[in-house]
Amino acid sequence: MNTQITAQDLVPLLPIILTSASAVIVMLLIAIKRNHALICASSIAGLAIVVVAAFAVVPESPQQISPLLIIDSYSLFFTIVILMLAACIAVFSFNYLYNLDDDVEEFYLLLLLATLGAVVMVSSNHFISAFLGLETLSISLYGMIAYPVHSKEAVKFPLEASVKYLVLSAVSSTFILFGIALLYAQTGTLSFSDLSAVLTSPGANTGIFVMALLLLSAGMAFKLSLAPFHMWTPDVYEGAPLPASAFLATIGKAAMFVLLLRFFMVSKALQFEAVVAVFSLIAVVSILFGNVLALLQDNLKRILAYSSIAHMGYLLIALIAVHYSTGTMAIEAVSFYLVAYVVMTLGAFGVATVVSSSEKEFDFVSDYQGLFWREPWLATAFTAMLLSLAGIPLTVGFIGKFYVILAGVEGALWVLLAVLVVGSGIGIYYYLRIIYRMIMPADHQVQFRETGLNRIGSYVVLSFLLLSLLVLGVYPAFLMSIIEAISTSI
Amino acid sequence: MILIFVIAILFIGGILAWLSEFINPKLPRVVAVICLLVNGVLLLTLLDAPTLVQDGIDGDWLVHLKASWLPRFGIYFQVGVDGLSLLMLLLTVFLGIISCGAAWNEIVDRAGFFYFNLLWTLAGVAGVFVALDLFLFFFFWEVMLIPMYLIIAIWGHENKNYAAMKFFIFTQVTGLLMLISILVLAYSHYQQFGFFSFDYFELKNVQLGSSLGMAVMLGFFISFGTKLPTVPFHTWLPDAHSQAPTAGSVMLAGILLKTGAYGLIRFTLPLFPEATATFTPIAMTLAAISIVYCAKVAFAQTDIKRLIAYTSVSHMGFVMLGIFAWNAQALQGAVMTMLAHGLSAAALFMLAGGLQHRIHTRDMSNMGGFWTKVPLMSVVALFFSIAALGMPGLGNFVGEFLVLLGAFRVSVPLTVISAFGLILASVYSLWVLQKVFQGKYDSGKIDDASLVDLSRQEMIFYIAMMLGLVWMGMYPQSFLDMSATTLDHLLQSTEALRVGL
Repeated sequence: MNTQITAQDLVPLLPIILTSASAVIVMLLIAIKRNHALICASSIAGLAIVVVAAFAVVPESPQQISPLLIIDSYSLFFTIVILMLAACIAVFSFNYLYNLDDDVEEFYLLLLLATLGAVVMVSSNHFISAFLGLETLSISLYGMIAYPVHSKEAVKFPLEASVKYLVLSAVSSTFILFGIALLYAQTGTLSFSDLSAVLTSPGANTGIFVMALLLLSAGMAFKLSLAPFHMWTPDVYEGAPLPASAFLATIGKAAMFVLLLRFFMVSKALQFEAVVAVFSLIAVVSILFGNVLALLQDNLKRILAYSSIAHMGYLLIALIAVHYSTGTMAIEAVSFYLVAYVVMTLGAFGVATVVSSSEKEFDFVSDYQGLFWREPWLATAFTAMLLSLAGIPLTVGFIGKFYVILAGVEGALWVLLAVLVVGSGIGIYYYLRIIYRMIMPADHQVQFRETGLNRIGSYVVLSFLLLSLLVLGVYPAFLMSIIEAISTSI
Repeated sequence: MILIFVIAILFIGGILAWLSEFINPKLPRVVAVICLLVNGVLLLTLLDAPTLVQDGIDGDWLVHLKASWLPRFGIYFQVGVDGLSLLMLLLTVFLGIISCGAAWNEIVDRAGFFYFNLLWTLAGVAGVFVALDLFLFFFFWEVMLIPMYLIIAIWGHENKNYAAMKFFIFTQVTGLLMLISILVLAYSHYQQFGFFSFDYFELKNVQLGSSLGMAVMLGFFISFGTKLPTVPFHTWLPDAHSQAPTAGSVMLAGILLKTGAYGLIRFTLPLFPEATATFTPIAMTLAAISIVYCAKVAFAQTDIKRLIAYTSVSHMGFVMLGIFAWNAQALQGAVMTMLAHGLSAAALFMLAGGLQHRIHTRDMSNMGGFWTKVPLMSVVALFFSIAALGMPGLGNFVGEFLVLLGAFRVSVPLTVISAFGLILASVYSLWVLQKVFQGKYDSGKIDDASLVDLSRQEMIFYIAMMLGLVWMGMYPQSFLDMSATTLDHLLQSTEALRVGL
């Protein structure tokens, strides 16, 4: 295989190169002049340029660039999704960090670097690049989570969250590394596609492979906060500043899941019954734990943390269905659900971010009491996001659930579907509880900040998310056809 | 196009009603009534529409529309109206106006949002009655839940959170079962014909094995049975009814319950003729239990709205009995009962709501001797109670009589048991009348400062419903004719498969 990178190969790599370049430029800008608005705007501009570049690269795909990276329509699609999410989070960060009594500019630098890691993850079909991307993402996230640590007014406990995330993330990385090492010892390759040849060969040493895959899966389950590896999630979400939590919950999860899907698709590692059984068990436990534990929370961030655990469980159903079905339906289900999940999760975090700032986070459900009568527009947006998370029609969450159930039906995964029904039933309760709080008579003790100029951007982004949520919920034909096309390319 | 207008007017009207609140808080109700009246007129134009002759749609469709929606899964925006749908739509619009009337003076707080929810609920219901694509059907089925939830949760009474939540979770979870069933059906179509389809007419051709067919049918049955509701899925109804505002109760009892019955007639039995034929004894037994058991439970209630709610379950038992008997008389009876019960239950809930509005309690042990205080209301209550207990000459009698007539041909013992429901209905109806309106008036028990008789405007609504019931009772043929061709067609289409068993 050609391992040299030629000048021509650089064109498909443009999204990755330009993301790195934006990070460097932002770093230099910070050195020249510290100006919050300027840095935020240039980060967003950088991300926007990369989005354009990614669109421009689409005709060049698919291309394998060195053994490490694959630029195909699947990776480009999720690159674009991740970049857009990152831009949204940058906008939310602006109003959140507006009053921070410390330097704020480096946050955007970390954000760009984390985005770079995520983009590399979705483009990799080799363990080296996957691991590098994963670590770039994680290390930047440690910084983002701990960002307000020097602030005297920050109400949260970012350092605790960051250390917790650091330790557990490092542990899970070692699991992944150990799994990779075992696979390498058996096969002598780190490329996903070469692995498939060995894994499917008749004389494969099943015991070691299963061991390796389980270690790998355990590490990935940590990052995806699937039960029983989910313990860190609520604490980290709660302690981290809101934009960092939002990043972790959306881009962090999406990039990891895309990588997981590509690994299992390309390497055909789901052929081992033991792996499928473990994944099924993880899915069941995640759905039930996530939903039941969310019932007991009063903190919005913790509720969203537990609900994300459950949603990862739903996604896993579709992933398992990949093994049992012949067409691309299950892959489409995973892809669509991921898009739906990031839109609605970012929207839910976005509502909290719009009203919060670094020295006062409104993250208790009781803070939102009577929101319908205080700020009807915001409450409508929040309600739509929550109903979408609950999977109610008119929202993208319903179409996502439709896909997952269809994938489950195709794979005849009746037990998992039954768990999904039970889980969704429980889920409705805590989502509706928040909605019910919002329609209760207003509690005048809670006062959000005045809507200032610094919040306009966040409101625009939130409107955009709400619009996407509804448009994709009512007429998703366009997205469906894109996803159908990219799913055949994987 | 007319169907798109009917649904769009409700959706857009809802938004307009909400916005109009900012101009004048009294405007939303006017907007709502105007939207419903326009819809009523649009629907009446369909009464003498000729039957369509078109490939791929068997039945006597008056209007039919099919437009591409989600081509990836063969999902179309397919709607159509036949006699049965039209009857249901007319009932929806009529009771929609009645619920606006019930809310007219009761809902003053955040009225714009209330009428928004009211119209959106009706839009969902109207969508359910016209959808011929199962995805679209499910879409509307769920769309009506949220506004209804909000109506109960915002404008409800003391225990509204619990009741609204229970309503939502019951219907949503069973709805998911139906979604799984729909998807199994669509996927089976894919396996057998090579493409996904959610088209009602195409899905009739799908062959499911007996065990899978039964499971899929049960998914539909549980969902519709919960909405209907039937024992053992009925427990949400008394809570929802007792906590909902009057207009909410009127819509729940009058219209929302009917979507369950409509679903059984339109989808469950025609799509799964074999499975339902096997299931018939169980379903009819459940229906008989609903009739007798809930009538008995109703008798034990002290909360007047809970009482009426249980009688609703009992009456809907007749509907289910008739549907599963699946012959011409029984089906006609079921449809007739749906219409008549829609009016009588709506009126009874309005009366109960009116009483609660006046004396701030629903507890019957505090009531008594109201005849002297509110004679007009008492007469109206007497009329609708007698209608509900099945007095010949009024709509409910025709319906229940036809159901029993049809069911008799299928199962004699169950029909006999169900017939006891009529006797129990007389017992509890008259008991309520005696308890509330007769006996000795004791002003010490209640706050009777605002206990005034029905206003002229309230009387208009009651009289409209009375006329409806008398019409149904005296000249039922005009309604039977409308649904006859639809029902005949459904019977014929399943006959061959059911006889084969």
